[in-house]
Amino acid sequence: MFSFELLLDAVVIGVLLGCFYAAVSLGLSISFGLLDVPHVAHPAFLVLAAYAVFFLNEHYGIDPLVAGLLITPLFFLFGLLAYRLYYETFEKRGSDAGVRGIAFFFGIAFIIEVLIILQFGVDQRSVTATYVGKAWRIGDMRIPFRLIVAFMVAAALTILLTLYLSRTFMGRAIRAVAQDQEALRLMGADPIRIKQWAFGIATAVLGITGALLIIVAPVEPTLDRTYIGRTFCVVVMAGLGSMSGTLVAAIILGIAETIVLTLFGASWAPAISFAMLLGVLAVRPQGLFGRRS
Amino acid sequence: MERRTLLGGTITAAVLGLTFGLTSAAFAQQPPIKIGMSMAQTGGLAGGGKASQLGIEVWRDDVNARGGLLGRKVELIVYDDKSSASETPAIYSKLLDVDKVDILFAPYATVPTAPLMPLVKQRGMLLMGNFSFQVNSKVGHDMWFNNAPWGPADSWASSFLDLGQKAGGKTIALLAADQEFAQNLAKTAREVATKLGMKIVFDQAYPPSTVEFSGILRALKAAKPDIVYVASYPPDSAGILRGVNEIGIGDNVKLFGGGMVGLQFGAVMENLGSLLNGVVNYNTWLPEPSMYHEGTKAFFETYTKRAVEAKVDPLGYYLAPYGYASGQMIEQAIKAVGSLDQKALAKYLRENTHKTIVGPITFAADGEWKESGVVQAQFRGIADKNMEQFRSSGKQVVLFPDKMKSGTLVTPFEAARK
Repeated sequence: MFSFELLLDAVVIGVLLGCFYAAVSLGLSISFGLLDVPHVAHPAFLVLAAYAVFFLNEHYGIDPLVAGLLITPLFFLFGLLAYRLYYETFEKRGSDAGVRGIAFFFGIAFIIEVLIILQFGVDQRSVTATYVGKAWRIGDMRIPFRLIVAFMVAAALTILLTLYLSRTFMGRAIRAVAQDQEALRLMGADPIRIKQWAFGIATAVLGITGALLIIVAPVEPTLDRTYIGRTFCVVVMAGLGSMSGTLVAAIILGIAETIVLTLFGASWAPAISFAMLLGVLAVRPQGLFGRRS
Repeated sequence: MERRTLLGGTITAAVLGLTFGLTSAAFAQQPPIKIGMSMAQTGGLAGGGKASQLGIEVWRDDVNARGGLLGRKVELIVYDDKSSASETPAIYSKLLDVDKVDILFAPYATVPTAPLMPLVKQRGMLLMGNFSFQVNSKVGHDMWFNNAPWGPADSWASSFLDLGQKAGGKTIALLAADQEFAQNLAKTAREVATKLGMKIVFDQAYPPSTVEFSGILRALKAAKPDIVYVASYPPDSAGILRGVNEIGIGDNVKLFGGGMVGLQFGAVMENLGSLLNGVVNYNTWLPEPSMYHEGTKAFFETYTKRAVEAKVDPLGYYLAPYGYASGQMIEQAIKAVGSLDQKALAKYLRENTHKTIVGPITFAADGEWKESGVVQAQFRGIADKNMEQFRSSGKQVVLFPDKMKSGTLVTPFEAARK
């Protein structure tokens, strides 16, 4: 049944959901979009962060967002180590490193999943916070606070990462390494250290977005499988490496999903999302905001 | 006299020792009876799968402590099916051809069980089902026996919709996961609603990967139903209830719930806490006096201790006792038949009533329970973050069946939530 009220509601929820998708995809936009690392363990890192937030919330009563900020430096270090391991064991060895790299990251994802199961069991986990389970009422419309939090965090992260990549020396170096690694090496810079640093930042972002993941919905150890398609879809649709593009692509995806869910039948929602991705790639192979190579 | 007593004692001890030694040796030398199964140890169904497996393991240990079956030790061979339907046919082929198991238990839940029904039928194996719903309705395997108390296909939906109709409900909304189990439930709910003369004003299937339910719930609310029948799997049930709490569901809703899997698991219930209040949902076992049978108390004492070490559902009401009951039924059949002949075991299971810790079980021709043992209960007075509250009676008031009723329905739903 169609009504403008429902459509408006679907658009609003879609924008907020899209911002959440953007937040969980931003790290991948750096690691896969800029660095060409086939980081299929990205959603597993995300779920790991969500469990770390759960642990701090459950045992120490720390607010999930604060817990997310607290684990961010640890995830930065984790990212540095993960990239170094990937580089030494795969990337350094040759041209087919990308394909074998996928196997490496799949392996990491499975190890993370098993470690979470061993430590926390297989049950769903969720957090408590004042903004979880309540909604903002505007007329007949009710907007869940947890989605508003996701919207704000996604906006803040997009702005910060865009500024970092465009205004700082290290940020510009990361973009340079994405464009021409050899040229950077000829200028005396070490592209591997820059990539390692960038991978650290991509993983650090997951600290706070892992908090969002568990704020938006309960988590379980294999939740990464739900997000692997969506996050890669957002990053590829946006155009590899574009932060603002990631936000816009995710919002488009969120709106499309919610409108279809609300008005046309939920079963079509995943198909519509990936049909949009194929459509974008057919018309603009470089993605919505990617540069033509 | 003393010498005779001493001599007698020595002889008795020697005979006992010899007998015990021979029995132990025979027990150790005979190959074990292998019971094979896959179980959801990871993935969305793992919470239930691991609890179910623990229930079966408790039975295995009990039966082995009693001397095993046919003088042989019982061994379980279990593989993780990752909650996935695509894994189970290969696992069961391996169980039959490589592990050469003697008895097959089905995996937990409908989705992983459905694809292996043709294989099991073709190989002429008895299959003890584990909480799947209507997987045998089209296959018609005459050696299928479901441990779940669903009973006749429409009894689940009938019990819920009857309650709704008695509360004055005339219109119904159906929200079901786009999966075998939930769709089977929704199908029977449609048929029962039509039979009862109820109008279906909303009928939606959602994909299992749905992250956010606000949009669907808003559309459902706009349809203004009197009864909302939800057939969902554990990951979605929590998302739906959270969404209901935030978006609301409308003042006219008299009854909400019905077929939400997950609201029977300790961790999910503890997480949802007060959001559960007012929901009327199906269950299979609750700590109400009418649900205790011989061995139930002892089982839960053992389960509760082992659940902590195994990191599985600390309550274990939903699946674990039925896992144990599966073992009890096979035990009774093997003892009665005296062999592992599949046809003879199936005949025994079909023609007799079996005494278990979840009560007496009698099977109908289709391998489902002759009479439904499902209860519909309403969550009342649930507090946040408190697992222990679910161990006491009165937190889930039984509304159906009448013989187990422990209270009356509080309606409308919005009032019951307070």
